[in-house]
Amino acid sequence: MILAVVVGNVVATQKNENFVGKKLMLIQPVDPEGNPAGGELVAVDGVGAGEGDLVVAIAEGGSARQVAKSKNPLAPIDLVIAGIVDRADTEKGTLYL
Amino acid sequence: MQLAKVIGTVVATCKDPSLTGVKLLVIQPVNAAGQKTGSPLVAVDTVGSGYGETVFYARGKEGGMGLPEPFTPVDAGVVGIVDRVYHSGTIPKRRYERKKSE
Repeated sequence: MILAVVVGNVVATQKNENFVGKKLMLIQPVDPEGNPAGGELVAVDGVGAGEGDLVVAIAEGGSARQVAKSKNPLAPIDLVIAGIVDRADTEKGTLYL
Repeated sequence: MQLAKVIGTVVATCKDPSLTGVKLLVIQPVNAAGQKTGSPLVAVDTVGSGYGETVFYARGKEGGMGLPEPFTPVDAGVVGIVDRVYHSGTIPKRRYERKKSE
């Protein structure tokens, strides 16, 4: 799972039918100090996260599909927002929502 | 999923029979601003995308689940064509409290 900040969203008309009715969020992975790490990713929202939220996202197909609550078990989803983070503690410090 | 731009197609005559009739695209992963991130890769097309379009793709076997045969052996597949990407423009800085060293 990855820590990320929701920075926007993606609009797509022509897409796999399993994405219909799902929010596609643009997320920016961050390190445990909150600094950006790598490029933005597109995630299905499984919990109702909004712009600016610190979230935890599952970047593996099988589990992502489970969290996305897709009716079809064969939805092509490989990244889903699975939780809104209140606090992330590491030995160096704490990152808050 | 990740954003990418379609930069070409792949033609392969001799291939695994399960890939017959499957369109192969060369895609370049990009960030929200359209800048290249990482190396180009080959992905199957499941939505009818074409050259020059910005798309998003799924990695792993999920990439191929939009194909008529969902268990086609693929490791990346285009699953949607992007109309618009909205980026707030800033990455909100979270509150970070460093522990005091003893």
